[in-house]
Amino acid sequence: MTEPLLYEISRPGRCSCRLPEPDVPRAELPAGYLREELPLPEVSEVDLVRHYVRLSQLNHAVDTGFYPLGSCTMKYNPKVNEAMCRLPGFTQVHPLQPVDSVQGALALMYELQGFLAEISGFPAISLQPAAGAHGELTGVLIMRKALYERGERQRDVILVPDSAHGTNPASTSMSGLKVVEIPSDARGNVDLEALQAHLNDRVVGLMLTNPNTLGLFDEHLLEVTRRVHEAGGLVYGDGANLNALLGICKPADLGFDVLHFNLHKTFSTPHGGGGPGSGPVGVTAELADFLPGPIVAEHYDEEGPFLDLYMPPRSIGPVKSFYGNFGVLVRAYTYIRMLGVEGLRRVAENAVLNANYLLSRIRDVYPLPYDRTCMHEFVVEGRIEGAPDVRALDISKRLMDYGFHPPTNYFPLIVHEALMIEPTETESKETLDAFAEALLKIAEEAREDPELLHTAPHTTPLSRLDEVRASHPKTMRLCYAPGC
Amino acid sequence: MPYIPHTDADRAAMLAAIGVERIEDLFHDVPEEVRFPELSLPQPLSELEIQQELRLLSETNSDLNHTACFLGAGAYRHFIPSLVDQLLSRGEFYTAYTPYQPEISQGTLQAIFEYQSMICALTGMEVANASHYDGATAVAEAVIAALNVGRHRRKKVIFSPTLHPQYRAVARTYTQGMGLTLLGDEDLSHGPQELAALCDGDTACLIVQNPDSLGQLYSPAEMQALADAVHGCGALLVVAVDPISLGLFAPPGDYGADIVVGEGQPLGNPLSFGGPYLGFFATRKEYVRSVAGRIVGETVDTQGRRGFVLALSTREQHIRREKASSNICTNQALCALAASIYLAALGRQGLRQVAELCYHKAHYAADRIAQLPGYEVVGRRPFFKEFVVRCPRPVEETLHHLLDEWDILGGYALGRDYPELADGLLVCVTEMNSREEIDALVAALAEVGG
Repeated sequence: MTEPLLYEISRPGRCSCRLPEPDVPRAELPAGYLREELPLPEVSEVDLVRHYVRLSQLNHAVDTGFYPLGSCTMKYNPKVNEAMCRLPGFTQVHPLQPVDSVQGALALMYELQGFLAEISGFPAISLQPAAGAHGELTGVLIMRKALYERGERQRDVILVPDSAHGTNPASTSMSGLKVVEIPSDARGNVDLEALQAHLNDRVVGLMLTNPNTLGLFDEHLLEVTRRVHEAGGLVYGDGANLNALLGICKPADLGFDVLHFNLHKTFSTPHGGGGPGSGPVGVTAELADFLPGPIVAEHYDEEGPFLDLYMPPRSIGPVKSFYGNFGVLVRAYTYIRMLGVEGLRRVAENAVLNANYLLSRIRDVYPLPYDRTCMHEFVVEGRIEGAPDVRALDISKRLMDYGFHPPTNYFPLIVHEALMIEPTETESKETLDAFAEALLKIAEEAREDPELLHTAPHTTPLSRLDEVRASHPKTMRLCYAPGC
Repeated sequence: MPYIPHTDADRAAMLAAIGVERIEDLFHDVPEEVRFPELSLPQPLSELEIQQELRLLSETNSDLNHTACFLGAGAYRHFIPSLVDQLLSRGEFYTAYTPYQPEISQGTLQAIFEYQSMICALTGMEVANASHYDGATAVAEAVIAALNVGRHRRKKVIFSPTLHPQYRAVARTYTQGMGLTLLGDEDLSHGPQELAALCDGDTACLIVQNPDSLGQLYSPAEMQALADAVHGCGALLVVAVDPISLGLFAPPGDYGADIVVGEGQPLGNPLSFGGPYLGFFATRKEYVRSVAGRIVGETVDTQGRRGFVLALSTREQHIRREKASSNICTNQALCALAASIYLAALGRQGLRQVAELCYHKAHYAADRIAQLPGYEVVGRRPFFKEFVVRCPRPVEETLHHLLDEWDILGGYALGRDYPELADGLLVCVTEMNSREEIDALVAALAEVGG
């Protein structure tokens, strides 16, 4: 099933939108400045609506089915969040209005800063970063600047475990620092000896995801953070997996100095087909002055409390225009207010319960490289005894025929044929059972009829796509418009 | 509990299957001394209560449905057809994630491919990516792309002083660890010729904005001369644009730009107090491997049917790690979808009409204000939808009077960014401003001017 492109259904003279005639005299247009042709499509309203509705129907999404994409926390996105961020008092507000005309928006941001501070244990929060990787860049720049201002300009290395997301080393490079990779030990923790061997006065700090991308809580975490501090470094917490820790522990208590939150994972804001997210950053009191801004602060004048925007005095500078992805902040605020303390802890507990339950259902068939209690997600090998030619990719594609989104494939890099599975707390036991049964059935199919897996998926709008062709200089096609 | 479906019986059965007695037993790896802290948050609310509370809170803002708005300066109030939000609100779009599995993500993939196509058509370029966080971060990523093209041997970046102040600030934040020299914007009198004179063999790129942060337009001939000078140094010309202006004015691809970026918010995205917006990024094919972020390409499936996939992933962080062209992962996909639907809905005729309406109304406003005693509309260049007015009374005081007495957001006080323009007010007029509103603005300014 394929849908024609907008340019293919375009016909000269059609339009989906009528605008009024000018109610002012027409001004003369500057000759020599104008464009000759505007090659946008021309589509009628009904055709346009059908086009996008049909496109939407080609997607798998949380609203259509289970989406256990490890590391992405594809939990249910509550509908009330969508209604709240669309209130006209929030959408029809300009970011440069005088602060006394936007006290409601600032109050929401100020309270959200407080909630995130309470949940994480960090006293200072900036809501400005737009996504997780953006928060990472922010955090690494903060660490770098703090150490530079301490006079330790020789520090130019960030330690990154080999299980880390690719964004960690990429954020380090963008900050002008060097990456040194630290191996994991046999239980999936940071290898303490290797860490110690790399700790010296060149080290800015360690970037650590905890629980890590294997879904494991580091068994020596307090020791790891203590040693980095002892060497004069700082510890960055990648909050991608914070869903497992809500109300379970505060990252600041674990020895982290900086942490980014992913509101689009932990706090139920939708992933939008790839964004927008939101990646607020929390820091210790010592690092508060380096945060990007503006951020919201409370002042008192003769009429009482008053909210204002301010730039921290030694800020690394703004990381984007204005104050953050406000519409996403409204959604996360709504979620936190509806759950409260008890609800947030239940989120973490049930996320961990679901992951361990699902693991218990499939662990006899899919090899588990690190045999420990997992947190909110786990990684198994996509390797089936008796089916040597079947790969993790084949299992993933076959899962689509059962109506499921596949797990994350081939990540983390340290697990052979990795399948990284994160069920989230919003899925029922019936859904988990159906997914487990599909995985067990696929293992049987792999032994009996491996071709069924190699040629999967069979029931999707398209079969496997030729990814090489899309990137090869001779066949690459990235645009379909007049002039491309 | 909200959003958690388990019954007590479910939970008991699941714990038994795992082999533990209590959920707490699953957390033994968390150090005991920090486990299960006391948290203090407001009491949980029902949906009924949160709806009431947030409606009241939102109403404490002065929203633009009740206030006439002549404020732009990087975020713009434009008309959004109803179908944009209706289509965005389909769960199949907004509850999916990055289309890593193309067989079940063709909707998102084709929509991004069409977005790329329309951004190319609009800017006159050959390739576009799937979006950045906003216009400012797109500028920062353009700097990094230009450094990559120059193989990191070129260490100088030239900014026009009328590149939006936030774009310059964010580019400085991004590149603070890279050992670059960033210059050109220290003097507001630097126009294209002065900037071109700064360009040399160490320059990676020169970045200008058209229309610039004061609303002024630069002619294609002038821009082409700048492009020639920049290319003569072996550097890249980066142009930041208002996408609405491209409904009417020559696209940067026509006058030698190598990278075109901009704030995509005006294309179908509400103001939302500053975000989420999107940054668009387009360039020439030869630079595609230096581009950051997702790019979607056309291909075929095993049965020869056309389909779309993420292309050129070897540039990206999940493959290249520290050698990636950028760290970006999550982008602003849903905002890019809004921009796509908007561009397709307005189409060839509609976008031109919007741009013309902005132009005519802005010029009507400028003509009327120029006639007021004490006020001066400055600048000799043509302008699009924003223009600078020198005011007889302090600008902040003028703006307060307009808001308090007339319910008008009168514009942006340029002194905050440009000390030379301490008496400068940047007025923005779009298709959303009626003639009555403009006349009220003129009357209000006349009242303040005394």
